[in-house]
Amino acid sequence: MADLSLGSAAQSVGSIQSNYMAQVQRRRLYSGLALLIFVVLMVSGFNIADDRNAGGFWDGLGQIGDYPAEVLSEAWEKRADLPGLIAKYFPALIETINIAAVSTLIGAIAGLILSFLSTRGLAKWPRLIPLFRRFSDIMRAVPEIVIALVLIFVLGGGPVPAMIAIAIHTAGALGKLFSEVAENADLKPVEGLASTGATWSQKMLLGVVPQVAPNYVSYALLRFEINIRASAILGFVGAGGLGYELRNAMAWGPGRFDEAAAIFILLFGTIVFFDQVSSHYRNRLTEGQAQ
Amino acid sequence: MLTIDALTKRFGDKTAVDSANISVDQPTMIGIIGRSGAGKSTLLRMVNRLSDATSGTITFEGEDITALRGAAKRDWQSRCAMIFQQFNLVPRMDVVSNVLHGTLNKRSTVATMFNLYPQADIHKAIEILDRLGIAEQAPKRAEALSGGQQQRVAIARALMQDPKIILADEPIASLDPMNAQVVMQSLRNIHEEDGRMVIANLHTLDTARRYCDRVIGMRDGRIVFDGTPAQLTTGAARDIYGAGADFSEAATSTEIETLDRPEVREAETYV
Repeated sequence: MADLSLGSAAQSVGSIQSNYMAQVQRRRLYSGLALLIFVVLMVSGFNIADDRNAGGFWDGLGQIGDYPAEVLSEAWEKRADLPGLIAKYFPALIETINIAAVSTLIGAIAGLILSFLSTRGLAKWPRLIPLFRRFSDIMRAVPEIVIALVLIFVLGGGPVPAMIAIAIHTAGALGKLFSEVAENADLKPVEGLASTGATWSQKMLLGVVPQVAPNYVSYALLRFEINIRASAILGFVGAGGLGYELRNAMAWGPGRFDEAAAIFILLFGTIVFFDQVSSHYRNRLTEGQAQ
Repeated sequence: MLTIDALTKRFGDKTAVDSANISVDQPTMIGIIGRSGAGKSTLLRMVNRLSDATSGTITFEGEDITALRGAAKRDWQSRCAMIFQQFNLVPRMDVVSNVLHGTLNKRSTVATMFNLYPQADIHKAIEILDRLGIAEQAPKRAEALSGGQQQRVAIARALMQDPKIILADEPIASLDPMNAQVVMQSLRNIHEEDGRMVIANLHTLDTARRYCDRVIGMRDGRIVFDGTPAQLTTGAARDIYGAGADFSEAATSTEIETLDRPEVREAETYV
């Protein structure tokens, strides 16, 4: 030990410098190679994609502004009608928000149960943890739009299939996020409740939920924002709400672009509004109230 | 050289630094003492321009520091190095890279992102580390080092900037007494050998007395003492710390020798 430290103390500055330079050269070589591979992959990948593209990326690039310009100019001409159109589509907006709200609520409750069942240390049946985990994997792996298309085929168009589709996806996504929070929860209160003879659901609700509630609510609010967008998109496949109206307005083409513009304004305003509200409450929950 | 004129900093209705006046005409080692919350850190942070002054000016060699913006401000910061209580190194990067951060102001973002520092700079960084006695640690991650070693890496980063002034904000407050001596002695050597100005915030009187040419005492944001260590009588120290007649200099000490002084042993028997 003494020899070792003496040996290293005797190491001259010159050799430290050359050793470190060699290390730096090696690192630069590696990062240079990584950068080269990245650039080659990006360029070749882009070229392959561009070859397969029906229109061609470079030809289409110049026309990218045409559609928005057409919509904007027509909407500007008919700007006097906009307030009336916004009022006309307001009920559709409410429908979209309702779909998002109900599906977030149902999805969050299902995600809560799933998360406790698939967290080590909390699960009621520890052996079934992998089963519940795969279950929530599947729920979030299938895109909402696929579930919605199947359900619309079975149940017919309308808001209910959209709600179920988003709720299933939400349950899977929140189950995963919730379970990661629950993993870090303190188990001592749970043990304390177990010592009083509490059931599993009592232990979860009274021992774990109070600890994780701020994080859970924060994730659920984030999910609500995402679900508003999802529910607008599902309107395109016939699930009702604002998306359905938007598809109709866009499919009709010129002449109804003012309606499309009104719907865009509503959608944009709503998403900004709920973004602001939920980020305000999420900050309050995670950082605690001021003072 | 350095003139601070009526420098004031307010946070809401609280005045952290209250019209401070300091004039330094040659490179000096200055110790600023006072209780925590006296405004010492705020004063240094304003000199480095980490925070802006509410009013007043700082002038260095005829240049108004408080008025600098953007690139000019960053250029001033590179000429005025800062050392922090908690070292403020990047823990996951190696020691030499941390020292090379002292040259960031002269290099482009892309070059530094790909770690492309000139060989001369890398050699210089290791020479500075050798001067501070920690060249062996060069390839290690900063987080693997002890507190005293990390603070010396921070000093090396400051020297890499080749600054006119080194500001040290409580450089030894999180170190044990042995490491505190090594760090303070390094700062003193830098002052004596390179002729750089060193301004250090210190908690303890005896460190200021031992290493500094000039001592400035602050209390509640105001400068209440400015003179040589010899002029700093026990009465003046009581004023600075706002302590009563029971105050003794040893009570603020962090040094090993003072623990053997009779008044400390006496104090310990009461504890």
